[in-house]
Order: sequence, then structure tokens, then C-alpha cells
Amino acid sequence: MSRVVRARAAEKIAQLALGLCAVVALGSALALIGYIFYRGAGYVNWEFLTQPPRKAMTEGGIYPVIVGSVYLVVYTALFAVPLGVMAGIFLAEYAPRTRFTRMIRLSIANMAGVPSIVYGLFGFALFVIQIGLGRSILAGSLTLACLTLPVIITATEEALRQIPKDLRHASLALGATRLRTISRIVLPAAAPGIITGSILGLSRAAGETAPILFTAVAFFAPVATSVSDETMALPYHIFIMATQSTKDAPNMVWGSALVLVATVSLLNVFVAFWRSRQRRKVRW
Amino acid sequence: MTDTPRHTPARQRTGRPAISRAAEPVVKLLIRLAGWSAIAILAAIAVYLFLGGSRAIDEVGLFRMITGEFWYPTSKEPQFGFLPSEVGSLWVTLVGLSLSVPLGVATAVYISEFAGKRFKEVAKSVVEFMAAIPSVVLGLIGIALLVQNVRVWFGLDTGLTAFTAGIMVGVLALPTIVSISEDAMHAVPHELRLGSAALGNTRWQTTYKVVIPAASSGIFAAVILGMGRAIGETMVVLMLSGNAGVIPLSPFEPARTLPGTIANELGEVVRGGLHYSALFVMGLVLFVVTFLINLAADVVLERQRRRWRR
Repeated sequence: MSRVVRARAAEKIAQLALGLCAVVALGSALALIGYIFYRGAGYVNWEFLTQPPRKAMTEGGIYPVIVGSVYLVVYTALFAVPLGVMAGIFLAEYAPRTRFTRMIRLSIANMAGVPSIVYGLFGFALFVIQIGLGRSILAGSLTLACLTLPVIITATEEALRQIPKDLRHASLALGATRLRTISRIVLPAAAPGIITGSILGLSRAAGETAPILFTAVAFFAPVATSVSDETMALPYHIFIMATQSTKDAPNMVWGSALVLVATVSLLNVFVAFWRSRQRRKVRW
Repeated sequence: MTDTPRHTPARQRTGRPAISRAAEPVVKLLIRLAGWSAIAILAAIAVYLFLGGSRAIDEVGLFRMITGEFWYPTSKEPQFGFLPSEVGSLWVTLVGLSLSVPLGVATAVYISEFAGKRFKEVAKSVVEFMAAIPSVVLGLIGIALLVQNVRVWFGLDTGLTAFTAGIMVGVLALPTIVSISEDAMHAVPHELRLGSAALGNTRWQTTYKVVIPAASSGIFAAVILGMGRAIGETMVVLMLSGNAGVIPLSPFEPARTLPGTIANELGEVVRGGLHYSALFVMGLVLFVVTFLINLAADVVLERQRRRWRR
């Protein structure tokens, strides 16, 4: 067999094998999501979303669980978005090229890799005990905010860096100060990138269990009314129903899983859609 | 000269209240402080883990915990050895990586070098989608689909093993590995591929002779970041690994892991007690290990970035 023939055969085989790997990897992701829809679709209806659980959570709905998760995510956003956006502005617009800035970047990359259970321990030690918030929505969302912060900082910095220098120069040439240029020109232009990045970060936070395990959640709690309440939350509810519950609950738990996955998926699709539209619309 | 238009002074014309001018330095300070927050939080995590664990470090000793064979935190003469959890974490990570590294890198190679534009776009959003599946849901799917089957396939007493957890951890690490190694290959300048093709290489020859070597450090970083995710994953291992007490001798035995042990036991211990403190030390070990992994990945990625900066 000549070298050329062999090389061509290898090319065919490689393409086939690699393509197969790609199909398996991507297909399994779709299969997993499909499986959740298949198992959960029968349980999700209006009553499931709006009623409290009955008969030791084997009947009824998951309304308090959903409310708890919404509380957690909203407060996480309140803490993490302003701080993260300001930190992103600092890195993109103000940070000097020094070793210290490099250290900040390193810390952000590292924060993204800290295991979520470690955030849980940290949040428990600092927010629950030291500050004395107790197991509460407040302590839980502060913990989740720490976890979400690096995502928001990175998204903000990236979005700001994509805004061309010309825009800044034009604004500065008209006599605007640097801060005013940022707040009136650069930030509005970068807003879509910042918002979509923040949504992605928050949707991850909505699915996290380990950080809220010791800081916010309870096996059963009534509908939360204040941020100092313990609460139920979707990921923890799924965990507890899947591992230590009665015979009937493991079926209903698929409904909760579907609600969580569908919400996270919808947010992701929305973000992907918005981003591609933005990319087509805005040409610098 | 009488018809010269009369200008108001520039300051007044912008209509800018003095108060916002005064606020500017304050806002700038806030922005600077926010920029430092990442360092502050990371340092605070280290400090609070250390403070929480200081009692166990004093009374038991760090080295004795890390190398101790037995984890009997509630017996009369308690033992706080981390080895069962460490070995369990190791098995789970090994199984997870041996699944996700070949599959992930191959997928990245295909997406970057072979796939058409349409497939590339779809594939990238599917990978992002995959990264968005909450780990507790993967644990639930593992309970429903894997536990029984693993028990039957391998003829085991229980399906809750390090292997079972490892499979799902592999699924979890996959998007990290795909997207970072795809980025690394994407960063290789196109001229290198053209040069290789001009010398008569096929696409596959170009891929393994030119692109993969050029992107090797980025692919390496992808693998170690995937490893970091696998070691730190909590919910999947908590739900699937079985959380047994002894050192697992093979991945087909029930195992406990570092994150699983913390998650399982912190809720039930006496605050400030020795057991409680030992769990914080475990968290500290986990923090240091993942910190080193991330540091290594960052150094490697930075080198790669500098190499192809044009």
C-alpha cells in the first residue's frame, strides 16, 4: 500500500472515529435532558407549580420550594451583580498592568475552581455563625453570591473589552470624564454582554446544592416570607427526595427536576438567542 | 461684532450637578475596592477554613489526619484519618477522567478541525447546555439509570460505588474539557495548518502532527481543570458513591469522598467539636488541592496565550 493510500485511509478512519466521539458526547447531553423531560413531564401541571406539598410531600405541589429558589436567586443577584460589574469595570478600564492586577485575575480564575462544598463550609462559618445570620435565605444567597461572582466579573470584563477604543476616545474628546464615559457610553454598549453573562452565572447558582446545604435550606419549611427564614429550594428538594424519601416521592421528584432543568435551559436558550441576535445587529 | 452668538460657559451647559462631580472619587474608590474583592474572598475562605479546623490541627495533627487510615469520628476513641475519603476521591476522579478525557478531547478535535460551520455552532451550544445541567439532577439520573445496572453488569452487592459516581462525574467534567481544549486548538494560527497542508499532509496528519502539539499545553490545562471539577464535585458523589467507611481497594467498592464526607456529616455534628473541626480541615485540604490545580492550569494557559499572541 502506498503512503498516499494509507494516509487517505487514515484520514477517513480518523474523521469517522472523531465524529463518532463527538456524536456520543453531544448526544448523551441531549439524551440526559430528554430523559428528564420524559420522566418529569407527567407531573408538571398548574397544581404542581402553585400548591404546597401534601401528605409528607407525596402529593400536591412544590410551590414553597419554587418560592425559596426564587428568593435565593434574586438575592444572589442583588449581592453579586453590582459587585461583579464594578470589579469587571475595574479590570477592564482602570487596572494598571502590574503584578497586583495579575494576582487579582489569578484569584478570580481560582475562585471559579473552588469546589462548591468549600463555599458551603465558608458560608456556614462566616455568614451563619460569625455574622450570626443563622440558616437563612440571606446567608444562603450571600454564599451563592461568592460562587457566582467570578462568572459575572469575567463576563463584564469581556463585554467591556469588546467595546472599541474609538467610542471611548470620542467621548473623552468631547470633554467627558473617564467615569462619565464609562457610565454613559461604554456600559450601555456592553450591557447585553453583561446581562447575558450574569443570567448564565445566576442560572448555575439556581442549580447549586452544596453551598446552600448548611446555610439556607430545610427539609420542610413553609413559604418563605422574609430573608431571615429557612427555606426549601429546588436542588436540595431534589436531593432529599431522591435519597431519603418514601416510596411515592421518587416519581414526583422528576417533576421538580424538570422544573429546575427547564428553567435553566430556557435561560440558556434565551441567552444564546440574544447573543446571536446581538452579534448580527451590532458591527463595530 | 454685535451678532456674535453668546455662549454659556461649558461647565454650565453640560447641566451637570455639582453633586455628581463630588461623587466621582467615591465611585472610583468603590470600583477599586470591588476589583480587590476576589482576593479578599479567596483569602477569607482560607482563613475561615483554617480557623474552623484549628482545633483538630492542634489536637490530632494535620499530617496524622491526612495519612490516617481510619475515619471513626463518633466512636469512643475517635479517629480522624482522611485516607478512606482521599482514596475514594481518587477512584472517582480516575474513573471520571478516563471516561471524559478521551471522549472530550476527541470531540474537541472534531469540532475544531473537522466539523463544518453549522455543526460547530450547534455543538458549542450543546456543550454549554450540558454544563448547565445541575449536578444534583445528574445524581438523580444516576440513581435511576446507573445504580441498578452497575450492580447487575459487574455482579456486585451494591450499585453505589466509586465507579457509578465516576461515570456521572465524567459527564460533569466533559463540557469543561471539550470547551477549553477546543479553545486551545482554535487559538493555533491558521497559517500553521495551511503550511502543513501545502507540504502534502492530510487533515488528520495536520491535526496530530501540527495542531495537537501546538495546542498541547492548552489541552493539558483542560484536563487538569476537568480534574479539579471532578475532585470538588459534591452532589453526584454524595448520591452515588455509597459513602462507605473503609478504604476502597477498587473502584467497584462503595467509597466515601472528601466533598461527600463534608456534605454528609457537617449537618449532624456538634458545633466547635473535634469532628466538626476535622471536617473543616478536610475542606482545607480540598481547597488547597483545587487551588494548586487551578494555579497550574492558569500558568499553563498563560504560557499558551503568550505563545500565540501576534
